[in-house]
This record gives sequence, C-alpha cells and structure tokens, in this order.
Amino acid sequence: MNRNFFPILATVYKLYYKYLLTIMDRRDFLKTLAAAGAIVSVKSSGMMDVMASTLPSGSPAAASDNADLAAIMNGEPAAMLEAAMKELGGMGRFIKKGDKIVIKPNIGWDRTPELAGNTNPDLLVALIKMCQDAGAAEIKVFDHTCDNWTRCYDHSGIEAAVKKAGATMVHAHEQSSYQQVDIPNAKTLKNALVHKAIIECDKWINVPVLKNHGGALMTCAMKNHMGIVWDRRAFHSRGLHQCIADICTYKPAVLHIVDAYRTVATNGPQGRSASDVVLTKALFASPDIVAVDTAAGKFFTQVNKSIRFEDIEHIPDAQKLGLGTMDLESINVKRVRL
Amino acid sequence: MLRKIRTAVAIIVIAILTFGFLDISGILDNPWLQKIQFGPALLSLSVVTLVCLIAATLIFGRLYCSVVCPLGIFQDFFNWLSRKSDKKKKFGYKPEQPWLRWGVLAVLVIAWICGFTFLVGLVEPYSAYGRMADELFKPVYLFGNNLLAAISEKTGSYRFFKVIISLKSISAFVVALLTLFIIGHISYHHGRTWCNTICPVGTLLGFFSRFSLLRIRIDKDKCNHCLACQRKCKAYCIDSKNQQIDYSRCVDCFDCIDSCKQKAIYYGPVKCGKPEPVQLTDTVDESKRQFLKSSLVIAALAPAALEAKVTGKKDDRVPMSPPGSISHKNLLQHCTSCHLCVSKCPSHVLKPAGLEYGLGGIMQPVMRFDDGYCNYDCNLCSQVCPAGAIKPLTVEQKHSTQPGRVVFNKDICVVNVNRTSCGACAEHCPVQAIHMVPFEGGLTIPETTPDLCVGCGGCEFICPVKAVHIEGNPVHLEAKAPEQDTNIQTQDFDFGF
Repeated sequence: MNRNFFPILATVYKLYYKYLLTIMDRRDFLKTLAAAGAIVSVKSSGMMDVMASTLPSGSPAAASDNADLAAIMNGEPAAMLEAAMKELGGMGRFIKKGDKIVIKPNIGWDRTPELAGNTNPDLLVALIKMCQDAGAAEIKVFDHTCDNWTRCYDHSGIEAAVKKAGATMVHAHEQSSYQQVDIPNAKTLKNALVHKAIIECDKWINVPVLKNHGGALMTCAMKNHMGIVWDRRAFHSRGLHQCIADICTYKPAVLHIVDAYRTVATNGPQGRSASDVVLTKALFASPDIVAVDTAAGKFFTQVNKSIRFEDIEHIPDAQKLGLGTMDLESINVKRVRL
Repeated sequence: MLRKIRTAVAIIVIAILTFGFLDISGILDNPWLQKIQFGPALLSLSVVTLVCLIAATLIFGRLYCSVVCPLGIFQDFFNWLSRKSDKKKKFGYKPEQPWLRWGVLAVLVIAWICGFTFLVGLVEPYSAYGRMADELFKPVYLFGNNLLAAISEKTGSYRFFKVIISLKSISAFVVALLTLFIIGHISYHHGRTWCNTICPVGTLLGFFSRFSLLRIRIDKDKCNHCLACQRKCKAYCIDSKNQQIDYSRCVDCFDCIDSCKQKAIYYGPVKCGKPEPVQLTDTVDESKRQFLKSSLVIAALAPAALEAKVTGKKDDRVPMSPPGSISHKNLLQHCTSCHLCVSKCPSHVLKPAGLEYGLGGIMQPVMRFDDGYCNYDCNLCSQVCPAGAIKPLTVEQKHSTQPGRVVFNKDICVVNVNRTSCGACAEHCPVQAIHMVPFEGGLTIPETTPDLCVGCGGCEFICPVKAVHIEGNPVHLEAKAPEQDTNIQTQDFDFGF
C-alpha cells in the first residue's frame, strides 16, 4: 500500500516544487533562490561532452624506469605512500596542473579506523596533500556507503580528515547524485547509474582498503568500484564478479592505491571485532588495476590461508576484459621494505 | 504581563519540542521536553515526572496545559488565528460536563486494560501532536532542507544534505491529518473545548487543579459584572454573573486578566481557611448516561472481538518491535504512538505499524527494512522513548538483544539459482549470523547461525531476491556473542608474489 502511494506523493511534491519556482519567478521573490533552484531541476546537457573529452590515459608510461607497481611494507600509511609514489615516478606522472580530481576511498561501514572497515584517513590526508602539490584544481572525496552514510563519514574519521586537508567531501546517499551512463565494453552491466563526481572529474584515484569478503572472497581495487554506482543490488543479482569487472571498464582510475595498513582478515568486509583485524602495514600502488589486485590478493592469501587466490574470480575476469595484467613478471614491480 | 510571559514560554516550548521531531542534524538527539509529558510519563510510571507535574498543578493550576502540552499550545495558536480574523469573537460560560470527561477517561482506561492502546494514543495530547509533527510538519521541513541543500550544492558547499521524504504509513498520515483538522476546527471555533471534554490529561490534571494553591481569582468588590473576562475565556469556565470560576477547566492562560478593565481579576493564592467553593453542576442527562454505558460495554468487548478477527490476517510474518521494547506486549502496554522514535530513526527502519500487532497496536513502531536497516551501533530509539515502551539500551546491551531472527530460503538465493557469486547478506551482517560457506565450483553460499542474529535486517534489505528475511521475536531473546576466530596469521608476512 505504502509503495503505491509513494510515487503519488513524489509527483505531488514535484508539482508543488515547480509551482513554487513559477511563483518565485513571477513575483521576483528571492530571485537568487529561484535561479539556483532552477539550475538544479534542469538536466545538465553538457554532461556527455565532458565524458567524451576525459577518456583516461591510464596505461603505464613505457620507456622509463618508473615502476608499474610499487609494493611497500613496514611503514606508516603516509610514509608508505611517499615511498610508493617515488617508485612510480611521482604524482606528476598521473595528474596535471589544473586537473579536477576525485579520490574514491572505501567508506562502506560504520567502523572506526582501528577496525579497518574503511580506508585509512591518514593515507587519504597524505594523498590529498600530494594531489594539491601536483596542482590539482579541485579534489572531491566520496563513497556510496552501505551503512548509514552520516555515521560512516563521521566514524571512519574520513570526513573530518578530508575537510581538514582542504578537500571537499561530497554526498553520495541520494539517487540524484548519480547519472545513467553506458558501459560499451561491458559483458553484463551495459549501463549503470554512476556518481556525477566521477563522470565530471578529469581524473580519479581509487583508494580501496584490503579486506576479506564473504561473497567475493577479497575486496580491493575492483570491488571498490561498487561505491561509484547507485544500484548495488543489480550487481548481486546479475553476477557479482562480472559486474565488478564491467564497471571497471567505464572510466578507469589513473591510479589505484591499496591501503593494507590494517587488514580485515576474516568475517569481512565489516569484521566483527578487533580480533578480525591484522596490522599488516603494507601498501600497493599501480595504474594497472588487475596488477594491483593480483599483488594485494596474493598478499592477502598469506594473511587468511583458507582463501585460494585462484578462487577470486573477478581478477581473471578483468584481465579478459583487457583492464590489465595478472602476470606480475611481465611488468616492472618494485618491492620496498621501510 | 502574565499572559505575555505565558505566551513567550509556550512559543519557546513548542518550538523546541517540534524541533525535537524535525531535527535531522543530531543537535536534539536527547529531546528532554518530550520526557516531561504527562501521558507518556503515566504509561511508563516514571514517578518523579508524575509527582513533579502533579505538584506543579497543585501549586499553579493547569499551567501545564498552557505551556508544556504541545497540543494545548497548538490549539491556542488556532484560537489566536480565529481572534485575528474575528475581533469580536466571544466565548461564554458553559457548565462542566463531568460525565463526558470522566466517561471518556473511563473508556480509555478500559481500552488500555484490554490492550487497545491505539485508542489511548489517539487522544493522548502529546502523542497526537507528535504524530502531526512527524507525519505532516516533518515532510515540509525536509522539503525546505532539500531546497537549501540543492542550492548550497550548486555553490559547491556540501554543508547541507538532501534527505529522502517518504510517507511512512498511510494510517498514521490519515490519523495525523484528521487530528489536525478536527482539533484545529474545534479550537478555532470553540477554544479549549477538546481539553475539557475529551483530553484524558486535561481531565486528570483538572481533578488536581481544583485544589491548586495559585489560581485566577475575582475581586468581588471591584467586579462590575461586565462579562469581559467571560467572553475572553476559551475554556468557558468563568461564570461572571455568579463571580465563580470552574478551576477544573481553567488552563491558566491569563487571557481574562488582560481583558478586565476594573483589574478585578487576578492570579493569586487561595485565602487560608476560606476555600473557594468547588462548583459542580451535576444535571444528569439520561441519554448521555446511556451513551456512556454503551460505549463502556463496546470498549470492553471490542478488542477481544477484533483480535479474534485480526489473528486470521494473511501476512503471517511475525512483526519485529524495536530493540529495547522487550516484547510486543510491553510495547502494546506503554506506547502512545507519539512517533518520536519513528521520526528519529536515522535508517528509516521504524515505521508506524498497520495491523501487524493487531488493532490495538495500530501506529506503534514496527521495524521494516524497505528503506534501510538498523544500524548496529545505533540506540537512538531506545534513548528518546518517553513512554518506557522502548527501554533505554546501551550500545553493548543492544548488541546482545535479539528482536528477531534471520531466516534463509535457499531455493530462491541467486547463488543457488543463477550459480553466480553474491554474498550481499553476509557482507551486511555485523555479527556473521549469515556467513558464506563453500558451494559448488569455488562459489560460496550463505549459511545462517540464528543464535548470533541481532535482527538488524541488513541482509533482508540488501538481498536482491529477498531470500533472507528477519522473523520477529514476540518476546525478545538474547543474541549470543560470536566466537573469536583463530585461523589467521598475524605477523611475519612477505610480499606474497
């Protein structure tokens, strides 16, 4: 009964909203208010052009001794990030002056940093600083959370850290923040509602946290893409692994930085308590999403020995789609212990 | 002067109290004004609040009805509106209707004893106002908020955020709308008639206010029988001709004081040793008596008859009452459906019930997972409940409370049907009451351990095919603490590749 009634109510509100706008225009009442409101209601028509012009250039630079993948261990988050970026050739390799950047961490759960359900806030602060130094014109951070979003943003420590570092925390809890896009290279997920911040940015950086996952066995760089779409249920009903691989083809991030400072080894992706969390002190970074997930996956199967790397299907699925390579021998991997 | 103070206090009180319902920013997560309301205090038997309120009434009269009760202030607003539109509006004196007042109260008591709390909640003034605030004012407030959020977002600020505006329940919406129109209408045309005929709190406090120390008094020497005060009295309780006031109905609004040009009417203490005569106009109307008798009989029989009818309803799922409510029975006994918990629930899980709890529990809060699931670490509903229907829980206590248990239907699970991986349910389970176990060909399928379940509904909310759902516990159980895992390596890692 409720569900039938809601669309009617929504329509009523919409009409009332339009009526309100016309009233405002007619009476010249609060001109700015009406103008701002009108912009909201008008669908931004220039969106498709922006999308076309910002296709990523994510392939690793050849002919240089910059690493294709940096694996760092035994450091604090900020120090490991610094070491990784040094190996990869600096942030300037990935972003240019004046770029509009989105940083997409994992903020899925109402968990404190110690429980490692979300990306480490210290790592994000260091990353934001690097982007600022590289001349980023604008840095936005968001995630489509699973738990109540205000609690996730708050208790993860990410909202406060991001704001303090001078970046913008963007909302992602409402469907109006998302826009339908086609995914031409997908096998199953041919279109999806993707967050406008990703659609509109010049480049984005994917900053997942490495965790165990009941369904996907491991959640990392590829699984983190579920936070840029609105309808997650569609992923689960249409084949989780293929849909994850599909969404990764939409607009590849220029850089993937895997936070494995603390790792939820079991009972993921939330973890029940601190006993599920291991202080692993590692970080993996690469512009190649398949390589970074392969590295993180192999690292992870040391922590949780009951998981076999071969069973993590979404990584080979992504390789088949041409997103990168699982063959770590074929690329330039730098391993650093701090 | 007194009248101005009364008005100012009333405006502040209703503003704070209403904001307690509307607030989404967490500023007023402990709305204390809701906790000093007479109706919920009575049902939760919070002795301190009751003693304070009754003592205040014995001293000041029914000041409560003018400055604390939100429905009273709401009615005064309509009364003020009617005076604005008709400056010559006159009231008069009408004798008390003790049979009606006490009859209604008797019916409500019997209804409550019979488990028909719905009726009590329907007329309990704070709850009636609460429902209006939640069902009618809040959507408007949220609409304004969303406009503001849309504008601020255009300017690049994310300080305000949009929220979902939804109709939580048709029955509660209709009831709130009817309350608005009926009480609005009565107060617009007949002042405080509702408070002095139907309102159970008005009747109870009226009993005590007959004996109040401070009260409106008429200086018989100064009074020239001009009837000005009587015309102003929205409670119809001043008999200016006989220079008498019915203190059981006077709500201490002080409108009369300002109206008296002779300054013959004032608010002051009773003179010692010379009690004011208590006026009781006891002209019994036989038809009224008949009506009351029959309504008492109906009230006694109706719940039993209706319950028999309701038990055969088609939806055979056991409803889930909020954690802290102990049992359906406890909720039914105490909840006046003020919808503060419904309004405060940040995950939009608590909804006004339809017929889930039977007819007696219409509009009481029930957990539904259509729009969200209960946050593992949130205990807000138990903190705000003024009626003791949802007992306060610490976060730790909530973690071991089981208001419902998980049920898994393997036949429709996508892993089993489509042979694709999923695990959305296990992903959302905070206690791993659902966890994934090996299935065919590297796939994993959910397995449940209902003893661990805290009934948060994360699994039910996210499941794309509703293969998992939560079945309510009519009496809440204890959720077992999960066992610690030992199968992980905690040190000596290498890169692994």
